[in-house]
Amino acid sequence: MMDDLRDLYQEVILDHGKSPRNFRHPEDCNRMAEGDNPLCGDQLTVYLKMDRGGLVEDVAFEGRGCAISMASASMMTEMVQGRNEADARALFEKFHKLVTGDDADVNGEDDEDLDKLIVLSGVREFPMRVKCATLAWHTMTAAMDGDETVTTE
Amino acid sequence: MSAAVASPLASNAALDVARVRADFPILTREVYNKPLVYLDSAASAQKPRVVIDAESRVYEEEYANVHRGVHYLSQVATDKFEATRKRIQTFLNAGDENEIVFVRGGTEGINLVAQSWGRANLKEGDEILISELEHHANIVPWHLLAAERGLVVKGIPIHDDGQIDMEAYKGLLNERTKMVALTQMSNALGIITPAAEMIALAHDAGARVMLDGCQAVSHSTVDVQALDCDFYVFSGHKIYGPTGIGALYGKAELLEAMPPWQGGGEMIARVSLEKSTYKGVPHRFEAGTPAIAQTIALKSALDYVTDLGLDRIAEHEAMLLNYATERLNAMGGITIYGTNSAKASIVSFTMDGVHPHDIGTIVDRDGVAVRVGHHCAQPVMQRYDIAATVRASFAVYNTLEEVDALVASLQGVKEMFA
Repeated sequence: MMDDLRDLYQEVILDHGKSPRNFRHPEDCNRMAEGDNPLCGDQLTVYLKMDRGGLVEDVAFEGRGCAISMASASMMTEMVQGRNEADARALFEKFHKLVTGDDADVNGEDDEDLDKLIVLSGVREFPMRVKCATLAWHTMTAAMDGDETVTTE
Repeated sequence: MSAAVASPLASNAALDVARVRADFPILTREVYNKPLVYLDSAASAQKPRVVIDAESRVYEEEYANVHRGVHYLSQVATDKFEATRKRIQTFLNAGDENEIVFVRGGTEGINLVAQSWGRANLKEGDEILISELEHHANIVPWHLLAAERGLVVKGIPIHDDGQIDMEAYKGLLNERTKMVALTQMSNALGIITPAAEMIALAHDAGARVMLDGCQAVSHSTVDVQALDCDFYVFSGHKIYGPTGIGALYGKAELLEAMPPWQGGGEMIARVSLEKSTYKGVPHRFEAGTPAIAQTIALKSALDYVTDLGLDRIAEHEAMLLNYATERLNAMGGITIYGTNSAKASIVSFTMDGVHPHDIGTIVDRDGVAVRVGHHCAQPVMQRYDIAATVRASFAVYNTLEEVDALVASLQGVKEMFA
């Protein structure tokens, strides 16, 4: 097995992919959006419960997709919970740079968020799969924007 | 005979696959330092040297615009261009070369029929039947027309084994049915439909039939007169020819009654500022400068498969398909979609617990090129309640060893996700 494949499919990703966290539909959610990846036909729905001040009290998702998209969605729900909207959006920006290799110092130390998300950085060697990794995040921001559907195209 | 695969009696000697492979320059290359195992010919086939050379030769020796110059090269190019039309006529056994319209590919051919024949012949409440096996190219043009004209598009269901449900089909046909748009061979599952029988039933109901031959044409001999289809389309690039060129066959009496669908040069008889009159068929449907070099090179592709023998090609591919099916079934944890015996050259499957996209990425690093996704056939994916499959498709140049390479790579995937 080649090294970049091992980087892409690390244990932690396989684990999240197989047993995604927060894979549910919270009845008290007040924002939701559906995300489509037309390339592969994958679809997922992100549910948010946000308070008036923009705090994400609960975040969950449902849908089907590849290990990369499921793991990314699962990790996103774990990390976004309890953050405010601006913070969650900033996290996506950081994550986006991480998976596209856009930012040279994205591997910077002392960043707890990146320490967790770094397991998904293997995607940057697989440009066709970046959309899989970012689908849930795009869908989350669409839910925050009040858009009900988003596509990766 | 409809789109029968190989007749086992038809060939004398088996295909010499090593010799065939030597005809395809790209097959010697490596990807990720592994030999290329190209199992995606259903998306687009690789090109033999004769096709590559034919296209180059046009630009080096024979190139000019067609149908309008009085100079020498224009005449050479026009003669060669029209020779492909004649070749397609014999290849499909059409009655007349004027029944062959050049189009960019199958998609454009179907759009031409929908926009020209459909607009001229269909009215509100008329029904179009499409099967659950169709490629989006044989669905969306009819949806566009239906929205414009108030037509009703209905689906012909398939059985669990992927074959058309003939009883349901018969039940759907009625006096409002005006068009049956049907694939001859499913691009997603490889299933070969009983086209001849379905065409006869459609005609009994007074409907026309648009047969999508994009997949079938490279795996079986096609006889449009025996099939009695009203329209037939195929794309050059799936039969080892260039991209950007395909053909629409239409029965002469239908084409002659159809209005132009795109206006421009090459398709007119006379134009004044107030009005235009149009050429006869097929030129009426060929506005603008066509894909000249690609059209000329398509003839070389058709000659190539004819020389090898479509029956021998089909027999070779059937052997690969049977072997792949056996090996995949033996792996365990694999579900094959499309298990009806009328099938050619495509195996579409899923693996328990692993998404097709992950499989595609992993086997790619072993040099194995397969298609993963919905194959532009979402209705059939919905039929099986899946988002995607892995599709391995076999062509004249594939080998048993390449099937082994696929299976070995899939074993690696299985272990990784175990």
